[in-house]
Amino acid sequence: MTKMLEDQLVEAVRKIEAGGAEKYHQKLKENHKLFVRERLRLLFDDGAYKTEDGRFANFEAGNLPADGVVCAIGQVNGQTVCVMANDSTVKAGSWGARTVEKIIRIQETAQKLKVPMIYLVDSAGARITDQLEMFPNRRGAGRIFYNQVKMSGMVPQICVLFGPSAAGGAYIPAFCDIVIMVEGNASMYLGSPRMAEKVIGEKVSLEEMGGARMHCTVSGCGDVLVQTEEEAIQSARKYLSYFPSHYQNKPVKTSGKLPKEGRKISEIVPEHQNAPFDMYELIDALVDEGSFFEVKKLFASELITGLARIDGRVIGIIANQPKAKGGVLFVDSADKGAKFIQLCDAFNIPLLFLADVPGFMVGTKVERAGIIRHGAKMIAAVSEATVPKISVIIRKAYGAGLYAMAGPAFEPDCCIALPTAQIAVMGPEAAVNAVYSNKIQEITDPKERVRFVQEKQKEYKETIDIYKLASELIVDDIVSGDELRNVLIDRFAMYESKDMRFSERKHPVYPV
Amino acid sequence: MKHIEATMAGTVLNILVQEGDSVKAGDTVALLESMKMEIPIESNVDGVVSEIKAGSGDFVNEGDVLIVLD
Repeated sequence: MTKMLEDQLVEAVRKIEAGGAEKYHQKLKENHKLFVRERLRLLFDDGAYKTEDGRFANFEAGNLPADGVVCAIGQVNGQTVCVMANDSTVKAGSWGARTVEKIIRIQETAQKLKVPMIYLVDSAGARITDQLEMFPNRRGAGRIFYNQVKMSGMVPQICVLFGPSAAGGAYIPAFCDIVIMVEGNASMYLGSPRMAEKVIGEKVSLEEMGGARMHCTVSGCGDVLVQTEEEAIQSARKYLSYFPSHYQNKPVKTSGKLPKEGRKISEIVPEHQNAPFDMYELIDALVDEGSFFEVKKLFASELITGLARIDGRVIGIIANQPKAKGGVLFVDSADKGAKFIQLCDAFNIPLLFLADVPGFMVGTKVERAGIIRHGAKMIAAVSEATVPKISVIIRKAYGAGLYAMAGPAFEPDCCIALPTAQIAVMGPEAAVNAVYSNKIQEITDPKERVRFVQEKQKEYKETIDIYKLASELIVDDIVSGDELRNVLIDRFAMYESKDMRFSERKHPVYPV
Repeated sequence: MKHIEATMAGTVLNILVQEGDSVKAGDTVALLESMKMEIPIESNVDGVVSEIKAGSGDFVNEGDVLIVLD
């Protein structure tokens, strides 16, 4: 008798773990997608997930294995994590009442255990037929997002998008710290192309509406664009290696590596302030080889944001890229910087600012887009960050660009300058034009005019000479580019014990 | 038809290609001056230049077409 019951259980589990009907598995293969349980095997160390709850959810329905979502606890890089993973072979991964309850419970578990929460998303959204049970109630779908907001900054939250994340479900990636998207399959949208055509008359493809590339390059809703599911999961594993389990811990320091071989920083940085150069080459010369994990590489490329290790210690880098849009800060780059600074500050990751910035963009286009409001977000995030922060002035740092890049007033632990540094309200050309505009107009002889402008520029440059700024204690030190890596290694080690609170209050009124 | 656009508002310093030239993705095809910086404009695609839409000294806005490729 017991044998029969045992066999019955084995058979039930086999059926659940097989997911939906064969034709849907076939469809996965055609779309180069993996079955949900295979994704989990790739995610967890040694392919093992030891703990799964709600396996029998909606068992009685007969055709809804696990109710379309696998919720498991396992280990990634030796660190415990909670995971929810949609099964698109079961009713297209849609959410019924038990699907939602399972997701809420695994989120609650992640909070109690203080471990990262990972969302492996591939879902068509709500099951409209079940809406009364899963949509509006206290433990309905809304609670998933409420929980995400509550968990934000408490534990890392990571979203890997393998397929659609539609309508309300699109808020799952929106509330995560990072969104990794598989090109060709992943998509996010509030209204599908079909709905857009019905209600506003717009005809558009799914890729244009909410494809992975669009979100990673234009909207900024995606952070990392990958080509395969395997790459997506490896990327999530690597990202997690930079983070502690929760906000009270620090990231794990590993043994350091030398930087990639290449030109010296003194050779990379041009002396002439207006000439472009590639900031990636400078970053390579600073950080441990192979350790740079870039966030939002394809979005607002005038500002580079990424995690890296310097002698094994995790840091977050915010760097202007003179090669893209002159390294000028725009609406999108300010948003990108603000979110990345908040991410690092939440999880005790020290910040390194590499400033070479002509300022925030000017012109009607950006003013109408609210560049002041967006710039304020980045400056607010820089102000509030209490992790060790080092501001390095590589070349110019003009105007509010200096503020956004953690200039002296923003409580960096130090502001250090390379010999090429230049700090000012504006560059010499703009400043001379601003101050002597009328006088320049009055000079009729073109030669005399050029001579006058050059002379005034020379005088101006002397007033903002970096040795003068160091003499006035505006910068804390001037160092050679070639010494910079060692200086940073030492300083980040010294600042390890930094412990401060920014301000006593409930929360700021965010300049959003 | 492919084209290369200004990545930001500014003044055209120099167009570095001529009609009939072949360009590869990643090639610098024009220089703008904006915010007192030299802004290199790279092609995103391979192609042959069929038309040049802007000249030195022109003000261009972000998204304006500079060069048309076949």
